[in-house]
Amino acid sequence: MLEIYETKERVTADNDKAAAETREKLKENKTFFVNLMASPGAGKTTLLKRTIAALKDSFRIGVMEADVDSAVDAAEIAKTGVRVIQLHSGGLCHMDADMTQRGLEKLDLEGLDLVFLENIGNLVCPAEFDVGAQMKAMILSVPEGDDKPLKYPLMFKVSDVVLVNKIDALPVFDFDKERFEKNVRTRNEKAPVIYLSAATGENCKAWIAYLKETIENWRQSA
Amino acid sequence: MHELSIVTHVAKTLDEIAEENKLTKIGSVTLEIGEVSGIITDYFVDCWNYFKVKHPLLKEAELKLETIDAITFCEDCKQEYKTIEYGRICPYCHSEHTYLLQGNECNIKEIEAENE
Repeated sequence: MLEIYETKERVTADNDKAAAETREKLKENKTFFVNLMASPGAGKTTLLKRTIAALKDSFRIGVMEADVDSAVDAAEIAKTGVRVIQLHSGGLCHMDADMTQRGLEKLDLEGLDLVFLENIGNLVCPAEFDVGAQMKAMILSVPEGDDKPLKYPLMFKVSDVVLVNKIDALPVFDFDKERFEKNVRTRNEKAPVIYLSAATGENCKAWIAYLKETIENWRQSA
Repeated sequence: MHELSIVTHVAKTLDEIAEENKLTKIGSVTLEIGEVSGIITDYFVDCWNYFKVKHPLLKEAELKLETIDAITFCEDCKQEYKTIEYGRICPYCHSEHTYLLQGNECNIKEIEAENE
């Protein structure tokens, strides 16, 4: 005899649960966790390398590189001397909270106070899955165009900070900063927009300062 | 784009519910899907059919989908309108100060099941 059970659970309820567990564990361990998202080629690895160089004397850093295949990015990051592991999603287009939990176990949080997840290059799916990070940072690069907040609304909506990379390429693309910010604001009222070039280092200090300040505030409230 | 992973998430949540309630068989699963939830229902059904035969608890489960209309509210003129048709800009007063009232849901509403 079939009975009806009212469930009213979000389809991603199990993901949200795992993400909350991760956040709790990170809090106990006093480790700040950043989920870095962007499309392929936006400059995640380059910005990460620059960020590590600027912060590795103040923080003990760990990195999880997530890709569908290869260990190209992990090898790049390993050159900076920080602890790094490569995760393979096995074809999946995003990291979910479970995979992230397993990744963090493998990375080993012991002795780390700042961890980055370089998510799979994609502006769609990673936005849907909470991985338990304290900060969701997204990068949009100038060649991708100023209309992207309209096309990928959820990514812009969930991000705590929007980094616009490759500003050294502004003269050759029709990227309009004002139009871009207007588009961002239709999706997200408060995320700061920071313009920088990870390749030349221009204005990366604004991002570093923002990250440091956010970590400081988190530590005080935790 | 991630319909198959959503199916696996649903399965995990159902496994937990089944364990808690000692359910042995699930006859049907009803999902509420908002019009702007980003889930492509045709593709979702394909993924469900592909996955369910591999998952003992779901083998015979029928999938029922209920759509929730997407409705946006305008803060300036206080009117409601259909999101899919007009998007973010209010069709009455052309204001940008609007927000989604409903339509991005993706819930497991209820299941029909047998227990021990």
